[in-house]
Amino acid sequence: MLLPVGDLYQLIDQEARGEGSVIAALEAVQARCRYLPRAALILAGERFHLPLADVYAVATFYNAFSLKPKGRHCLQVCMGTACHVRGSPRVLERLATRLGVSPGATTRDREFTLETVNCLGACALGPIVVADGEYSGQMTAPKAEMLWKRLTRQAAEAQHA
Amino acid sequence: MLKTPPSPLEAAPAPANGRDPQLHQLADLADWRAALTAADQPNQPAITVCGGTGCRVYGSERVCQALQRELAARGDGRPVRVTGCHGFCERGPLVVLHPQRLMYTRVKPEDAAEIAAATVDGGRVLDRLLYTEPQSGARLPYETEVPFYKHQHRLVLDLNGTLDPLSLADYVAAGGYAALAKALALTPAAVIAEVKASGLRGRGGAGFPTGQKWDLCRRQPGDVKYVICNADEGDPGAYMDRSIMEGNPHRVLEGMLIGAYAIGARRGFVYIRNEYPLAVKHLRAAIAQAEARGLLGENILGSGFDFRVSVRLGSGAFVCGEETALMASIEGRVGEPRPRPPYPAEAGLWGKPTNINNVKSWAAVPLILANGADWYAQLGTPTSKGTLIFSVVGKINNTGLVEVPLGISLRRLIFDIGGGIPGGKAFKAAQIGGPSGGCIPAEHLDTSIDYESLTALGAIVGSGGLVVADEDTCMVDFARYFMQFTQEESCGKCVPCRVGTQAMLATLERICAGHGQPGDVDYLLELGEMIKRSSLCGLGQTAPNPVLSTLRYFRAEYDAHILHKRCPAKVCKGLITYAIQPERCSGCQVCLRNCPAGAIHGAKQQIHTIDPAVCTRCGLCQSVCKFDAVTVN
Amino acid sequence: MIQLTIDDRSVEVAEGRTLLEACREHGIAVPTLCHHPALKPYGACRLCVVEVSAPPPPGDRRPRPARLAAACAYPCEPGLVVCTHSDLVQRSRRITAELLLAGAYTSPEIQALARSLGVEAPRYRRPEADTCVVCGLCVRACREIVGVGAISLTRRGLAKRVSPPFDEPAASACIGCGTCVLICPTGHLTLADVAGFRSLHTGADEARQYCQACGDQDLTPRGMADVPAVLAPAAASAAQKEKAR
Repeated sequence: MLLPVGDLYQLIDQEARGEGSVIAALEAVQARCRYLPRAALILAGERFHLPLADVYAVATFYNAFSLKPKGRHCLQVCMGTACHVRGSPRVLERLATRLGVSPGATTRDREFTLETVNCLGACALGPIVVADGEYSGQMTAPKAEMLWKRLTRQAAEAQHA
Repeated sequence: MLKTPPSPLEAAPAPANGRDPQLHQLADLADWRAALTAADQPNQPAITVCGGTGCRVYGSERVCQALQRELAARGDGRPVRVTGCHGFCERGPLVVLHPQRLMYTRVKPEDAAEIAAATVDGGRVLDRLLYTEPQSGARLPYETEVPFYKHQHRLVLDLNGTLDPLSLADYVAAGGYAALAKALALTPAAVIAEVKASGLRGRGGAGFPTGQKWDLCRRQPGDVKYVICNADEGDPGAYMDRSIMEGNPHRVLEGMLIGAYAIGARRGFVYIRNEYPLAVKHLRAAIAQAEARGLLGENILGSGFDFRVSVRLGSGAFVCGEETALMASIEGRVGEPRPRPPYPAEAGLWGKPTNINNVKSWAAVPLILANGADWYAQLGTPTSKGTLIFSVVGKINNTGLVEVPLGISLRRLIFDIGGGIPGGKAFKAAQIGGPSGGCIPAEHLDTSIDYESLTALGAIVGSGGLVVADEDTCMVDFARYFMQFTQEESCGKCVPCRVGTQAMLATLERICAGHGQPGDVDYLLELGEMIKRSSLCGLGQTAPNPVLSTLRYFRAEYDAHILHKRCPAKVCKGLITYAIQPERCSGCQVCLRNCPAGAIHGAKQQIHTIDPAVCTRCGLCQSVCKFDAVTVN
Repeated sequence: MIQLTIDDRSVEVAEGRTLLEACREHGIAVPTLCHHPALKPYGACRLCVVEVSAPPPPGDRRPRPARLAAACAYPCEPGLVVCTHSDLVQRSRRITAELLLAGAYTSPEIQALARSLGVEAPRYRRPEADTCVVCGLCVRACREIVGVGAISLTRRGLAKRVSPPFDEPAASACIGCGTCVLICPTGHLTLADVAGFRSLHTGADEARQYCQACGDQDLTPRGMADVPAVLAPAAASAAQKEKAR
């Protein structure tokens, strides 16, 4: 989502006025825009009186930040130990094959982003896939296939509408 | 990464309602508690629904709403509340009827009407929703009888199943903040003496005596000191910290308040993973409530002690669980560790004396103060006192959170509480302490779980993650998994960790792919020892542990991979082939249609074959075959 | 003065010295890579590790177990017992040199360093050679000596590297002084004159616009005309703070 520069600055300024650090400001932007636009880094550097190089280092260090716009739908596959021993690599492999992207990448049509996450702490349900915040537990490759089909159908319908 | 949905409580702190008074002095708190407990009749009927993340995924919130609707329709006044995690995640959503603690498992919203009609109205127990013991088939109606709970000793987790985590009144009525009141009446030195006498050791993994740590920080010169709660629970497969913060956030705050008073800190931070939105929400709500009542802020309970707490979100970096990296992250910098000394107690956050403890350590403090050091020190072994919380996951029947006294045997933990291995498979090993820990094989099942015994076996107590591996788990692949995790999470500052973990991972990947060479094991041993000794921070110093401990106990599996090009557990893709047993194949074409690689051939009603050159070893054919015709060699 | 033992010799050093400084004052050779006397200790390369045993606390006679610590960042403490060339120290340095060589196997400087520690060839090689050893000298020099902070160590783990913001050649704040190039131990960094700027340029450049509020030359998009207005309050508050100082 693209935000006007003024809105971006307001988000950053709000954190700076509180007691937040530059990380908190970038988190606020990431939550709103689902990525960190270039301008956000520059504005955060200005507001927190930090060299831009430092802000860029922070933005590239933490997993939660993305410098590229993400897809409209986000698929997260939990790769925690419990999910791993119950077969999450197969689930991930299936989704990656079907979407045609490697984990961490976004499909060409900007519909889906496939991500891995290190333990969501719902180990009894593993393997877990989170599609736009909706958890699906005890996943298998065939169930991942069904999930993919449902999501692509929904995405196509949304485009028609 | 999951983002925290904006919580209504963040926007506006819960307004103090008429009943909940401002607490200006110690007596106010006692009066409020007396009023709360007087209003509650003992053994009042109530229904609690587990609201841990696991049960929420299964739909526990809808179960709660359905029960509330049913009871409202009947005019039944008993409260139905969503509580924190009950720990028995395997059987969620869990519904418990108080006061008799009748427990229903795997409850669906559709069951609400029947529960209301049969149990609430008729007092009849619904057999089909009870916990069934897998071995005997016996149905056990009461929570206290279920082996998963019966053998536990829940101290820190005790209130998780009964409190509404969003209610300060619930916590105060259950004795909350009484320990703080007790501590404020003592001198800081006396509080530290109590914690020292309890024998509490840091529950974050290293096991440094908590009282001693506080004392070091208290003795540092300077007015400005900080306390930090390390809630960056990054170990994949451990989730007890989250469960404590979700289910009983006030206990963590109370522990921090007591610690801050003892150390002389006026400011505290909770550093929490942003993958835990619910825990963040509950913690923020608890802070807002405590501030509104005067339990946080200035002149707390008239004692002259000031303390404020802020929440800082982790942004997805495992290394930030390391204390110096965590402090760098709170300061808004890249989460890189720095060499110690100076230790945080001397120069921590913004260069000031700082005390960092794990969520579990903070949460144990109010219990020690309230019940006395002797009471706490009764549990455990001579050197490891109290209880430990494990998240028991992997190939185990009862996945969940387990709190046991230190010194219990691994066998009791896995077989009595955990219910053993599913599908009648054989136990192979338990990985304790996640990516920093090591595995313990079947021959050491009777080892006592305490800091010293586990270290002697090459594992660590660590975060308390306990992953069970069965005969189908390949230990080389298991070690490779952890190595990949630490390699990806290495911050990249020091050479042994940045390049060394990659060198170890590349060697393990080669072994798993069937290209292992005779010198590989010696190389892994040499490299592993040196990475442990030379790395800058705890991440690198423990990263080789999973490899070194599997090499210690499962050397034969490594040899099978390297020398005989065989994966005994039939996991490593480079060393296995899938084949269809002709005598079992019915020619139904299900596998053929499902094969993503198009590696299966055969006409309808004809025996199928798999082309090993095309096969990607995804195993889908085996999982879809109804006749068990697909085998792995 | 602080009294401690290095390699069985009792030595005296001034307070506030690191172990590395103490060693060098007394003519004991310790190899380093990420250390520079003009910069703050960083402790990343681990070549300067020494075996350190802290004295037992009063009343406790048990000797403390020796551990490896980076000499460059370890402050001298009274009674420390330090061993700079034990078998453990040598093995650790050899492995570290071998790991450095695993990535920088084409760098003559790293080859020479490894050879001096007795390592000829690494047993593991990264798929692609890289002369950057992520010692951070350039980044720290730019910040601590030049006072600019034009470059930083970005990303993490194996992907960690030195780069200007957005990995673009024309680093916004670079003044083209060349300190980073001079301090780089492997010759990884070079300077170039592109479009009238001497800086860490490595290739094509595009016309940059100066931000009117802060003077930064990185605000390229034309659509950011509202930046000065937005930044005005912040700039004013910064100016006020400056005045107050």
